[in-house]
Amino acid sequence: MMQRAATIALLLAAIAFPLAMQALDQAYYISFASRIMIYALAATSLNLILGYGGMISFGHAAFVGAGTYVAGIMIVEGMPGALIGWPLAMLLPGLLALAIGAVSLRTRGVYFIMITLAFAQMIYYLTVSMKAYGGEEGLTLPGRSTLPFVDLANDSNFYYTVLALLVLTLLLLNRLVSSRFGRVIEAIRENETRMEAIGFPTQRYKLACFVIAGAFGGLAGALLANHGSYVNPSILHWTQSGNLMIMVILGGVGFRYGGLIGALTLLGLEEFIANHKIGWIADLYPNYQQHSLLGVGIVLLVIVLYAPQGIAGLFLRNKQGGGHG
Amino acid sequence: MSGILILEQSLNGLQFGLMLFLLAAGLTLVFGIMDMINLAHGSIYMVGAFLAATLVQATGSFTAGVLLAVPATAVIGMLLEVSILRSLYTRDHLSQVLATFALILISNEVVRIIWGSDVALSTPAALSGPVELIPGLFYPSYRLLIIGVGLAVALLLYFIVAKTRIGMLVRAGASNREMATAMGVNIKLLFTLVFGFGAALCAVAGAMLGPIFAVQVGMGDNILILAFVVIVIGGIGSIRGALIGSVLVGFVDTFGRAFMPHLLREFLPPQFASAVGPALASILIYVLMAAVLFWKPQGLFPARG
Repeated sequence: MMQRAATIALLLAAIAFPLAMQALDQAYYISFASRIMIYALAATSLNLILGYGGMISFGHAAFVGAGTYVAGIMIVEGMPGALIGWPLAMLLPGLLALAIGAVSLRTRGVYFIMITLAFAQMIYYLTVSMKAYGGEEGLTLPGRSTLPFVDLANDSNFYYTVLALLVLTLLLLNRLVSSRFGRVIEAIRENETRMEAIGFPTQRYKLACFVIAGAFGGLAGALLANHGSYVNPSILHWTQSGNLMIMVILGGVGFRYGGLIGALTLLGLEEFIANHKIGWIADLYPNYQQHSLLGVGIVLLVIVLYAPQGIAGLFLRNKQGGGHG
Repeated sequence: MSGILILEQSLNGLQFGLMLFLLAAGLTLVFGIMDMINLAHGSIYMVGAFLAATLVQATGSFTAGVLLAVPATAVIGMLLEVSILRSLYTRDHLSQVLATFALILISNEVVRIIWGSDVALSTPAALSGPVELIPGLFYPSYRLLIIGVGLAVALLLYFIVAKTRIGMLVRAGASNREMATAMGVNIKLLFTLVFGFGAALCAVAGAMLGPIFAVQVGMGDNILILAFVVIVIGGIGSIRGALIGSVLVGFVDTFGRAFMPHLLREFLPPQFASAVGPALASILIYVLMAAVLFWKPQGLFPARG
């Protein structure tokens, strides 16, 4: 009951946010909040395989990046309709995940980490080589995708579109996680051999999970391409996969809102360090704000070493009694 | 494609492969003995290169600078191991990946604060010119030095691992850690030493490659991934696998870059070939790795029996 009330309050706050920012003349934060929500979507999709499925994929940036390129290329090629472009930006990364997953899921443990990384690197170099679409420099898009009745060029409209898609995705994935499919996925994470012995086609379940995560990663990518109106290979760099993993673990691996909390924390922290001067640190080292990643790194290290359940874990520990652990 | 060109590219491949080996050797031992994924290995390589550049400048001698940078980096590596990495051995791979990823962010920024984004490190003046190896083949003498150093270190490593008592302990630890501990091996101390040694090798690679690539923040991020590719291909924990994997990756990468565009031009339109060639060359080693994992999931030379 408490949780539902909190969710509704949060949702109302998110709906009111652009109005408040416009009233305060802080329009920049509308765009910033959109970015957080897009990364929340990407991290949530990764959390599905990482947290619930126990598949440590070190290549999720490939799917997000593929989504950015699909959406970006559609816009550049004169087909900006989001109703076609965005589903396509889920379909193609989903297919990519099908191909990558089919090979990668044959390996276990550390080899799975490495092979997903290898595939992501291949996609990265492929995008670098696409000279027609800017190669290493990437593409600047002439505008955002178009939706009927909604002008996405307006930052507030774009914000509400992203919010709607994020809420929809969270509802859908939460539903999925508590369905029979989700239970099977979690059970496979706990004991794959046993699930196989009971007669579940574990490989197929894992592959389906991997594909769903890839497709939603692609959706996040499509939104990301629209958000900044550019597409470039750096979105597919392996460190981006690392960043998405950071968000998931910061928020809490396998917690429903882990991806959201993680994206909010990481991007919020970066923003805070870069734009808010703290007197006593500035006294010690005047240029410290150019090194916001140092702060991010230290916070991450402390979280991994001392709070392995992430931020959601800190708050939910008493309630759930580590049942999700 | 002339014979001289092939010979020249072979030397380039060997040189790159041997430097990869210096990175991969430390990584594979850390990975093999403690089952620990250390993404910060690339950062140690970066720190080694920065230290070398500073010390070369301070001493005015390339040799002295590099020889000082190597033990200094080893000490930094051991401090890192004792203070942070040691507590990660018993944790799962996900925690290791994230904690060491955090170390990458931290060390990139700390290096930026201390040195700035890059420092200059140039080839020693005596070795700046090319030498004529065989008639018609001029090869940069500095690259020959790299090959020499790489071979010497590889031999030294082989001698230590295969012939000495400490090497025997390392091999024992890599093939079965629990058994080695049960037999009374002080695995903690052993591991700090191995880590320091790995850091020293990183410094050698960083210092030697510094004049060829640039000594800059983030220089370890990409080569780290190549080192991982090498050890996965070679078999985690195996020094021999790391050597063969390194040379293989060095050759495939160098030859791919040199000849792939020509090769594609034979049966593709030239414009398309010159666009796709370099990308295919970059992808080649990852294809190699995926193929090895697909058919030999433990790598070519698995260390565990």
